[in-house]
Amino acid sequence: MSRYRIPGMGRVDPAAPVSFTFDGRRYTGLRGDTVASALLANGVHLMGRSFKYHRPRGPVSAGSEEPNALIGTSRGPGRFEPNTRATVQELRQGLVTESQNKFPSLKFDIGAVNDRAYMLFSAGFYYKTFMWPRSFWDKVYEPFIRAAAGLGKSPTEVDPDEYASRYLHTDVLVIGGGASGIAAALVAARSGARVVLVDENAEMGGSLLSDPSVRIDGRGSWAWLAEQLSQLRAAGVRLMTRTTAIGYYHQNFVGLCERLTDHLDQPPHGAPRERMWRVRAEQVVLAQGALEKPLVFDGNDRPGVMLAGSAQTYLNRYGVKVGDCAAVVTSHDSAYYTAFDLVDAGGRVAVIADTRDQVRPDLVEAARRRGIQLLTGHTVTTTYGRLRIKGVRVNPVKGGQVGAGRKIACDTLLMSGGWTPSLHLFSHTKGSLTWDADSRTFLPNHKTEACQIAGAGRGLWGYGPVIEDGVKAGLAAAEALGRTGTAFGAGVEGDRPGTGVSQKELPTDLSAGKAKAFVDYQNDVTAKDIRLAVREGMRSIEHVKRYTTNGMATDQGKMSNINGLMIAADALGKQPPQVGLTTFRPPYTPTSFGAFAGYHKGATFELTRKTPIDPWAEAQGAVFEPVSLWRRAWYFPKGGEDMHAAVARECRATRASVGMFDASTLGKIEVAGPDAVEFMNRMYTNPWTKLAPGRCRYGLLLGEDGFIRDDGVIGRLSQDLFHVTTTTGGAARVLNMMEDYLQTEWPDLNVWLTSTTEQWSTVAVNGPNARKVLEPLVEGLDMSDANFPHMSVAECTVAGLPARLFRISFTGELGFEINVPARHGLALWKAIHEAGRAYDICPYGTESMHVLRAEKGYIIVGQDTDGTVTPQDAGLDWAIGKAKKDFVGKRSLQRPDIVAPNRKQLVGLLTEDGTRLEEGAQIVLDPNQKTPMTMAGHVTSSYDSVALGRPIAMAVITGGHNRMGETVHIPMPNGTIRAKVTSTNFYDPEGERLKA
Amino acid sequence: MLLINCPYCEATLPELEFAYAGEAHIDRPADPSALSDEEWRDFLFIRTNARGPHFERWRHIHGCGRFFNAVRDTVSDRFLMTYKAGEARPVLNALEAAE
Ligand SMILES: [Zn+2]
Repeated sequence: MSRYRIPGMGRVDPAAPVSFTFDGRRYTGLRGDTVASALLANGVHLMGRSFKYHRPRGPVSAGSEEPNALIGTSRGPGRFEPNTRATVQELRQGLVTESQNKFPSLKFDIGAVNDRAYMLFSAGFYYKTFMWPRSFWDKVYEPFIRAAAGLGKSPTEVDPDEYASRYLHTDVLVIGGGASGIAAALVAARSGARVVLVDENAEMGGSLLSDPSVRIDGRGSWAWLAEQLSQLRAAGVRLMTRTTAIGYYHQNFVGLCERLTDHLDQPPHGAPRERMWRVRAEQVVLAQGALEKPLVFDGNDRPGVMLAGSAQTYLNRYGVKVGDCAAVVTSHDSAYYTAFDLVDAGGRVAVIADTRDQVRPDLVEAARRRGIQLLTGHTVTTTYGRLRIKGVRVNPVKGGQVGAGRKIACDTLLMSGGWTPSLHLFSHTKGSLTWDADSRTFLPNHKTEACQIAGAGRGLWGYGPVIEDGVKAGLAAAEALGRTGTAFGAGVEGDRPGTGVSQKELPTDLSAGKAKAFVDYQNDVTAKDIRLAVREGMRSIEHVKRYTTNGMATDQGKMSNINGLMIAADALGKQPPQVGLTTFRPPYTPTSFGAFAGYHKGATFELTRKTPIDPWAEAQGAVFEPVSLWRRAWYFPKGGEDMHAAVARECRATRASVGMFDASTLGKIEVAGPDAVEFMNRMYTNPWTKLAPGRCRYGLLLGEDGFIRDDGVIGRLSQDLFHVTTTTGGAARVLNMMEDYLQTEWPDLNVWLTSTTEQWSTVAVNGPNARKVLEPLVEGLDMSDANFPHMSVAECTVAGLPARLFRISFTGELGFEINVPARHGLALWKAIHEAGRAYDICPYGTESMHVLRAEKGYIIVGQDTDGTVTPQDAGLDWAIGKAKKDFVGKRSLQRPDIVAPNRKQLVGLLTEDGTRLEEGAQIVLDPNQKTPMTMAGHVTSSYDSVALGRPIAMAVITGGHNRMGETVHIPMPNGTIRAKVTSTNFYDPEGERLKA
Repeated sequence: MLLINCPYCEATLPELEFAYAGEAHIDRPADPSALSDEEWRDFLFIRTNARGPHFERWRHIHGCGRFFNAVRDTVSDRFLMTYKAGEARPVLNALEAAE
């Protein structure tokens, strides 16, 4: 048995030892322990070094609010987690744990020199210490701060664990499994409601687990608890332990994180580590209890100084005595019960120093009976010791005067500064708080959600009142659901009622400038820092918080916010509510990224859309690229080719003979109905009335602001049917825009819109031999140039498959696009590939497609345009139906900004020295101007062109259309490149090849 | 996550099924060419940016696909009501009283 374990006490299993290591040393704890309780049982208080000053620290609490005892845990390869609270992590066989923020060792740490360099790190140090010289910022100060101040190290390996997520709908969600939460759940469930009760701890019970001596309904509190839990199960309540309600969102939507395997010695293979529950509840009951506050005095962070209530938890729940000889300092009655329990368990309490002058007589009597020295009207002015407290200095306070101090030896100092209702989740809902002057704390006021608040969260104290309040909350929840609940009472004997006062920092006779009285342990913020912030002009608590970082650590100031507020209010000479309370935000406690990600990782991170031809490309060894959600064949390398070589070969083959391309990802929308042509006239810039069935046209779509949104070739299949194509990434957006106008602006039009992107597989065949390849496969259509000229569309049969055949080109070569029902896409591809053998047909990918189109100056919306480009800017005026009275965006083309001279316009660029420009490179007109230079535009597309034997580029340049032949300059790190402004139509400018 | 009532489906469903679509009751002018540059600018860009009840459009994009209108309080993020596209703008006072 470990030295500080008390046989017969606690809820741990003495027959089940659990072995673990801390900083390489092996320890034994018991099943049911946390890492903190097991280390304390072995006499270890020193568990870490603090954030800024590297001061030695031990656990100050026994729960999820812990700011100090943050450790790294390893559960095997890839399963390292930093900043785990030792007070929460349950023990499991073989767990490897380590302290953080120490070098070279926890007991001797070089960084503790920061503790002496206090002035460097005082309030606002981020803003003022490191102002000069500028060159020191990233070379000296930042590395120094990053090395010196910090928490645990992030893991670098991919998290191998699985995480799950579930939805849950319930009538009542009760958050907090203490006495009031249990009572509320029981009443609600017995009214017939579906009830879920969650608690962040390994077992239900809350503070009941730390108060076994209280008797309820004639039984010990633990027996009463067991009985209630079995009643809850019988009533069908879903009980969820190790489940933290992390956030409370609109309309009673609550996020729960359930920890499933971290406590298991051998987690089942493939079992999720954590599960995120998204709960929608008709009624929420918040029964989250209260958190004990530390007292603020010099040396209140020394290992061995801890919250009294937490020492009581270690004693009663874990059977661990936190020391041999305790001193108690308190401003609340609750700490007396800790002292009594310690003495009753055979421990020693050297003194209770109470800051109050008057104490309840029964407590005084109970202390006297146990032989505990009680000093009322006293303060604590410092502590002694280095890695562990050795003594405490207590002084009487009379009429505001601090008298002479004396040292009292102790190895633990248990403190209580009163209790703060846990209203974090309530604050998430923007529920308002009200300052209760009597208890000097904030209590819940106006609710915004359908919720009840019960128990210590409403400032109540003692099991009798808390259970009664839980019953009330259960009745209210039932009533809100239209049900009738039945109240029950619970007779409590040996209850532990209590009151107390909230303090600013304790009065002292020491120089205030020297005191290191910590308010926020995790961020190393002292009372002096807060007073300094006020002296330097911070008036609102939000400013004080940001200037000092008080409450900004991962514990969100669960312990420090009220103490910080008290001190700031005192420094400002105002009442606390006038200074304000900072906002709590989700998550309630630190939550793993894995739990948020859930199933969204790896292959299931997001959808990958593949065309029916994708398997063929993969079998051919194609390299793929993502295009919106699609994966598209980028290029088809042969025999060790790199991308450059493969693309050059693909382009050459297409222009020389014939190439084939999987264009299935093109967006497709069918516009059908008697008013289809009118609808098209209104949506697109082009005129459609005179477009005959069987013909197609390049369509340009603007936003109402006149800027280009999308483009694509549109075929008219019959009088009232259009086959619209869109860009690959724009399909959903275009359909949404069309639906918007059709539904809300022109509901009188008789038109139907249907997304057909995935109904068709599309193969593009381009090159001088394209017709020769296809002709033998086509039935029901005379493909001759005379009968089926450029920009034609027809329904026919291709390779025995029903098809919509377009004669169009995105390469400048004779081109066809064959659409067949998607299920036939692969068969069509293979048939064309087979038929093309005689012409050395070359499959090409998206990179060659980009090069071939750039050689012709065809734009890619989103690459050569950026949402500020008009048709005129892009040289597409010809696509505007000037005779049309109206279309989406037409009016904007007359706006003053749009018709102004010197807009950026799309042009071609040819570099003088033949270097290939970088896409995105900035362009200037005068290379000799002073920096910062005036930018005249930027490169939008740039490729090596085999057909032209040189690199080509497209760019937007201010007034570009009037700069043909001019030289512009592209400053790059290695010198300025000169380029000539040209037309974008680099290849076959007369378009002869299209007419073949 | 908000719950939103689709007036076409007559069902209250999670926000994930819906997409926001800008301020409501801004009709596209019947003859844009008749508008001055200033009037057209206002139509394009000027929005109320309300603090409190806001008339706005939503689309039940992963459901019936219909655009509809809603009144949402931008302070509390609460939907006061939803109604079909084309229906008259509801009177605010009555809604606020009901809130
Ligand atoms: Zn709907």
